Amino acid sequence: MKVLIAEDSDSDRLILSALVRRLGHRVFEARDGIEAVALFVEIQPDIVLLDALMPRMDGMEAARQIKVLAGEQMVPLIFLSSLSDATELARCLEAGGDDFLVKPYNRVILEAKINAFNRMRLMHRVLSDQRDQIRRQNEALVEEQRIARRVFDNVAHTGCLNADNICYHASPMSVFNGDVLFAADRPGGGTLIFMGDFTGHGLPAAIGAMPVAEIFYGMATKGFSAADILREINRKLCKILPTGMFCCGAMLDADFKLGQLRTWNGGLPDGWLVRADGERIAIPSGHLPLGVQSPEQFSASMTVWSVVPGDQVIVMTDGFPESSNKQGQQFGEARVGQVLDQLQPGETPFHALMAKVQEFTGKPEATDDLTVCALRIIPYRQHQAQNDRPPESALLGPVDWHCVYEVREQTLADFSPLPLLLHICMEVPGLRRKSGEVYTLLSELYNNALEHGVLQLPSELKASPEGFGHYYQERKRRLSETNGHYIRFSLSHQPTAIGGQLKVVCEDSGQGYDFEHYFEKLSDVNQASGPRYAGRGLDMVRRMARHLRVHGRGNHVELVYDWEAAEGIDGVQPDCNETQRIADD
Amino acid sequence: MPIEARRSDDGQTLTIRVQGRFDFSTHQAFRDAYEHSDSSVTRYIIDLSDTTYLDSSALGMLLLLRDHAGGDSARVSVENCNSDVRRILAISNFEQLFSIR
Repeated sequence: MKVLIAEDSDSDRLILSALVRRLGHRVFEARDGIEAVALFVEIQPDIVLLDALMPRMDGMEAARQIKVLAGEQMVPLIFLSSLSDATELARCLEAGGDDFLVKPYNRVILEAKINAFNRMRLMHRVLSDQRDQIRRQNEALVEEQRIARRVFDNVAHTGCLNADNICYHASPMSVFNGDVLFAADRPGGGTLIFMGDFTGHGLPAAIGAMPVAEIFYGMATKGFSAADILREINRKLCKILPTGMFCCGAMLDADFKLGQLRTWNGGLPDGWLVRADGERIAIPSGHLPLGVQSPEQFSASMTVWSVVPGDQVIVMTDGFPESSNKQGQQFGEARVGQVLDQLQPGETPFHALMAKVQEFTGKPEATDDLTVCALRIIPYRQHQAQNDRPPESALLGPVDWHCVYEVREQTLADFSPLPLLLHICMEVPGLRRKSGEVYTLLSELYNNALEHGVLQLPSELKASPEGFGHYYQERKRRLSETNGHYIRFSLSHQPTAIGGQLKVVCEDSGQGYDFEHYFEKLSDVNQASGPRYAGRGLDMVRRMARHLRVHGRGNHVELVYDWEAAEGIDGVQPDCNETQRIADD
Repeated sequence: MPIEARRSDDGQTLTIRVQGRFDFSTHQAFRDAYEHSDSSVTRYIIDLSDTTYLDSSALGMLLLLRDHAGGDSARVSVENCNSDVRRILAISNFEQLFSIR
C-alpha cells in the first residue's frame, strides 16, 4: 500500500515512516498541509496519516481538501495527534478524518488500524464496483426496454384504438406490466377488442404479449371469428408459456350492423355493459385464463348481448380495482359498481371511472399499472363512415386461381373435403367474412353429390322424424360401398371490381337423380301443407348464388357466386332471387 | 360436446346450445337433447352463439324439433345467430316458423 504521511516534526515523521515501512508499505512524506494535498494528487495514496497541527495549512483543512479530491473513492484518513482534548479530537473527525492515533505511537495499534482501514477500503471498492455495475446494467435494461417497446409497438400497433367510439387508458410501458390492449376493425363492419393481463412483470410478460398481438391482428384482418382468435391465442400460449404463467383476458366483438355484442372474459375483473338507459350488467369471468387449458379443453364460448347505439361496454385489468390509496385500501370492485350507478347525465363510464380512481389514490402515477378500455356502440352507418379504408381487394393474396380436387373410393367414406376446400377459398383476401355462406354452398353441393349421387339416398326418406334418423343410418351403411365412385370439385376464383366471383363445379360418379322433379317439388316446400324436413339444400344454394346449373343426369352441378368486399353503406345484400335456374342437356 | 342441453330452473324451458358446425353429424345428439326431455318443457331455445356453420340438414333438424314441440303452436326461438347463419335462416324463410333473435 501507498501511505502518505504528513507531519511537520522531522523526528516524529522519521519514527512514523520507519514504523510504516517496516510493516511493508511504501511511504511518501509531506511536511505540511499544502505539501500533503499536492502529494496526494500526485501519488494517489491508499491511506493518509495526517498531523492535526501543521504550519501553512493545518491537518483539518488538508483533510477537507483531500476528501474532496478523493471524491467517491474511499481514502482512509487517520489523524496523528498529541492532543488529548476530546473536543479537539472530535473536530478532527468532523473535518473528514476517519480515526486518530495518539502520540507516542504504538506499533501494534498502528498496524491494526492500518489493516482495519485497508479492509474497509477494499470493501468500499467492491461495493462501489458493484454499484457501478448495477447502474450500467440498469441503464442497459432501460435502453433494451425502450428498443423492445419500439419493436412491440410495431407489432402491436394501436390498431383502431383511436376510433371515436373507443376510450382507453394504458400506460406507455404497460407491456412490461404484462398488460396488452388491441383493437381491430373487422372486415365487413364491426370492432374487435382484446385486453390481456399476463402473470408476472417485465420481460417475460412482454415476450408473451408479442405472439398474442401477431395472432390478434393477423387473424382479425383476415376475418376470423373472435372465438377462433381466442382458441389460437390459447393454443399458442399453452405451447410457449411455462406452467404458472398465463394470460387473463377479455374479448369484445361488436357487430354494429346486427346490434350484437359478443363477450368472453377469462380471469379479468367483471366487465360492464352500461346501457344507454343507465342499466348496468356485469360481464363476469366465466372461463379460465388463456394458456392454462389444452386446446381440447379450452372453451371459447362467447356470451351474446343484443345492443343498441349508445350502449357502452367497459373492461379493465385487475390493476384497476386493486389501485390503493395512502391508507393501503383498495379501490375494489364494489366501488366500480357504485361509480357506474352514479353516472351523471352526459358522463361516460370511462371518464367517470378514471376520475374516481385518481381521486381515490390521490396520485396520477398510480394509474400506471392499470389498463381500462371502453367501447361505445354506434350506428352501423357511422361506423362505416369513420372507416375510410381501402377495399379488401387491395390486400395481398390469391385472387385469380383454379383448382380441381377429386375425392374417391374409400376416402369418400373416411374424409370430408369441405374444411380443406373452405380453407383454399378463405385464402382469398376478404372472402373469409363470407365463410359461412361459402361453407354452406360447398357443403350443400357435396352432400347432394354424396347422398343423392354416390349413395343414391332418396330424400323422401326424411319425410318423418323416424325417417330422418333412418336416412342417416342408411347413409352410414352405404358409405362402406363407395368402390368405383368419386366426387370432383373444380373451384375457380376471379377478382371483380367490387370483390370476386367464385365458380364451383361439383361432379359425381352417381347415376344422377330426378332433379327436374326435385325443382318442381321445391315450390311446395313452404306451402300450407306444412314444411318438409328435407329438400331445402339446393334451393338455398340457388338463392345465394348468382347462377346454379344442373347438367347431365343431375350429377354435374355448377354455381357462380358473386361476393362484395365491402358492403354498401346501407348494408343491403344483393337480392339473389332473380337467379337463373337452368337444367340443360 | 358439440350439443349441450340445459333446463331452466322451473323446468319449462329447454335451451340447446350447438357448437361449431350444425350439420348432419350432430343429428343424433340434437335429437337426443330434446326427445329425452319430459313433457313439462313448453319452450325451446336454440342457442347458436357458438355455431359457425349451418347446412340444410340442420334446417331439417330445426323443423323436426318444431314438430316435436307442437308444430304451429310450438314455442321455439333461435337465438344469437351470427350474420351468416342468420342469412341462411332468412333465405329459407325460417323467420315465419321460428322466432329468430
